[in-house]
Amino acid sequence: MTDIIIVGAGTAGLTAAIYAQRAGKSVMLFEGTAVGGQIINTPDVENYPGIAHTSGFEFANALFEQAKSFGAEIRYEAVKEIRDEGAVKKVLTGSGEYEAKAVILATGAKNRPLGLAREQDLIGHGISYCATCDGMFYRGKDVAVAGGGNTALEDALFLTNFCRHVYLIHRRDAFRGDEKNVSLLKAKENVEFVLNANVTSILGDDKVEGVEVTDKFSGEKRELPVSGFFIAVGQMPANEAFSGIVTLDDKGYISAGESCETGTAGIFTAGDCRTKEVRQLTTAASDGAVAALAAAKYVESLAE
Amino acid sequence: MALIKLTSDNFEQEVKNSSEPVLIDFWASWCGPCKMLSPVVEAIAEEVTDFKVASCNVDDEMDLAGEFGVQSIPTLVVIKDGKEVNRSVGVIPKEQILSLVRG
Repeated sequence: MTDIIIVGAGTAGLTAAIYAQRAGKSVMLFEGTAVGGQIINTPDVENYPGIAHTSGFEFANALFEQAKSFGAEIRYEAVKEIRDEGAVKKVLTGSGEYEAKAVILATGAKNRPLGLAREQDLIGHGISYCATCDGMFYRGKDVAVAGGGNTALEDALFLTNFCRHVYLIHRRDAFRGDEKNVSLLKAKENVEFVLNANVTSILGDDKVEGVEVTDKFSGEKRELPVSGFFIAVGQMPANEAFSGIVTLDDKGYISAGESCETGTAGIFTAGDCRTKEVRQLTTAASDGAVAALAAAKYVESLAE
Repeated sequence: MALIKLTSDNFEQEVKNSSEPVLIDFWASWCGPCKMLSPVVEAIAEEVTDFKVASCNVDDEMDLAGEFGVQSIPTLVVIKDGKEVNRSVGVIPKEQILSLVRG
């Protein structure tokens, strides 16, 4: 039986794999989509201590190689269910059933949709959640970005480099993102801030031809003619499958404090999927270490 | 089967006139998610015998990407008898990729 099964191979899960293996525990890592987690969408990482600059992909790849170098077994299977049978945790995927003494849930978070009609249908036809992936397809064109955090600001900045005009739509008048990003954007000539406004409709039939925004105060509607619409309005967790074995908070995050203990013996959580204030690379890595060492300690307690 | 590097030159032969279904992975070197998906697509190429797997770099093959109306990457497209039958945008798990082709 594997000592520790880690669900999710983002920054938290991969860090947990490193720490658990260095604590002498066997590790199996499950990833439903792609290794690396959300950071792979970030072109420039400049706030990880000790690394002045790297790309999200390079960071994730280095972390993955590091986790593998200690012998972690990675399985590209989405975990559908976990059964808590006390000293044994059964992990069920679409194609198999695995057993471990402890489990670390590091399921991360996924892009939050705006919830507009036809938003899902138009993904790949003008709607995008990844400016660094899709920005190049809009070279010389007019685009809009929705959101007020660093992702939205960085997406808008990235797009100004080759798009003709970039609208940045935010429902408030102040941004949550770094002041540095805001001032960099203000210095750009091809950016237009559309503040205190909500996107109320996506225009166009088979592809995006514009967005309709509504002023929060006046209710006045305005149509912005864009061929690309980049949505960066934050993340949401994906923990529904585990609501039976751990407690979720009202937003769907796994309830656990800084100890990364879920309240269910032998089940730990790490990273963005956990209830917390700050969701950053550093805090994901930190959680990975804390959860792995707690899980290792738990596994040792079973043997006593 | 080995992964096919798709270009405008071999498109007709490898995809258009292929008797087997073809899975095409549209990607670029600057796209993080694409680079994470590529190893999965490569693994599928090595494993399967019932369909072909091709990879298309959108920077090198802008015309092909344009013909397919690719505006977001990674995009996976399935071709059967020369016609598009299925498409998926973004990173998806291996089993989902397989069912994209096999139904």
